[in-house]
Amino acid sequence: MPTPMATLARQQHPLASTEVQLKYLDEVTGVVPPFAHQLQSAGLDLKALAPEILQINVGKLCNQTCRHCHVDAGPDRREVMSRETMEQCLRFLDRSGMRIVDITGGAPEMNPHYRWLVTECHSRNCRVMTRCNLTIIVAAPRFRDLPEFFAKHQVEVICSLPFYEASRTDRQRGAGVFDASIEALKVLNQQGYGQPNTGLLLHLVYNPVGAFLSGPQHVLEQQFKKELHQRFGIVFNNLYVINNLPISRFLAFLLQSGQFEEYMKKLVAAFNPATVPALMCRTTLSVGWDGYLYDCDFNQMLDLKITNSNGTPIHISDVTPEQLEGRAIRLSQHCYGCTAGAGSSCGGQLVQ
Amino acid sequence: MKTYYNPDDLARFSEISQYDKELADKFFKWYQEVFAEGALSAREKSLIALAVAHALQCPYCIHAYTEDALAKGYSEEQMMEAVHVAAAIRGGASLVHATQMMNRINQLSIS
Repeated sequence: MPTPMATLARQQHPLASTEVQLKYLDEVTGVVPPFAHQLQSAGLDLKALAPEILQINVGKLCNQTCRHCHVDAGPDRREVMSRETMEQCLRFLDRSGMRIVDITGGAPEMNPHYRWLVTECHSRNCRVMTRCNLTIIVAAPRFRDLPEFFAKHQVEVICSLPFYEASRTDRQRGAGVFDASIEALKVLNQQGYGQPNTGLLLHLVYNPVGAFLSGPQHVLEQQFKKELHQRFGIVFNNLYVINNLPISRFLAFLLQSGQFEEYMKKLVAAFNPATVPALMCRTTLSVGWDGYLYDCDFNQMLDLKITNSNGTPIHISDVTPEQLEGRAIRLSQHCYGCTAGAGSSCGGQLVQ
Repeated sequence: MKTYYNPDDLARFSEISQYDKELADKFFKWYQEVFAEGALSAREKSLIALAVAHALQCPYCIHAYTEDALAKGYSEEQMMEAVHVAAAIRGGASLVHATQMMNRINQLSIS
């Protein structure tokens, strides 16, 4: 595969700064109403319930540099979760009783302690999900046994594949990514992933390759299943359909192509109050590579930390789930991405 | 540059009801029902709409149904094939009239 492009951070691009991103999101309030007002107008507010899923972002290091990445992940990033912070996450799981873990990145498998973390979570009888970019499985010999490792620990594998054709996939994720992804999916299928009666779950994540919203999940899932099976003999369980949120590299694309305001208007026009009760920020707790807590992975990338009443950021080593229940979710204009149409979350669309 | 078509006008489509609400309401209700799931899927209807939009050369419809077809998971290849179908019917509609021209030639000419 060709060398991926540099991240915004490496380029010292202005949008590598969360302050600059938030400034753009704030300024667009002249064109679209603030998300908090939109909720109020609909008679809604957004407060967290008891956390159910611990989403651990183990770092920004990745073998790809996708055009839409909200993490600004890439091979040049060095922020990875330490073993000590992982131990703090495990202690939090132990004292909370939470039993669902969702591991993400970057390419989480590139974290040197990744397999240890998965093993520890599995030994605690947690349901473990891992977000895999697929190409990592075939990127180097030391990753080739990942499917076997996943299967041994009953890990639910959630893989990114924005389209069932090479041209659109590669435009978003880099030249050659589609072919490598298909190769990796075949290996996962051979391991039993996505196959009936194996209990090994393989889900794909679709997000639009550009400034448009996702169509209905069931329609796209049907299409993906048909095309991937006909063309490559690939099978999978579910397609999770998500919208692109206007932050980081996708925000850079929107600004560069002059479509930021239009995209925001599109999200607002599609605002669906029925999605609000099901938003993932209500039941998911996101922890960053350095152990600080966030309402979601997007807030994490905008550095909108969960704080205590005096504004001090909360670290996973120093909190109980009870302290987090009922907190007000931190909002900005990017939240419109999760309430548009049928809604959007790490588990796909929220309403029919 | 001033043009007859303004992209912002597409979002103002519903304003046509200002001059005749009853007929506009009937139209929009009918339009919605036409595109609902039926014997044809909403996805199939989107591709038909994209092709017809090109046959009619309606810039608003092309704008809207290109995005709708992308959202519904059509590939560029599928979308272009649909446009070729529209273009082929348009081209064929002209060419098939050549038989009328030929009939007239035969009628007027000394055989």
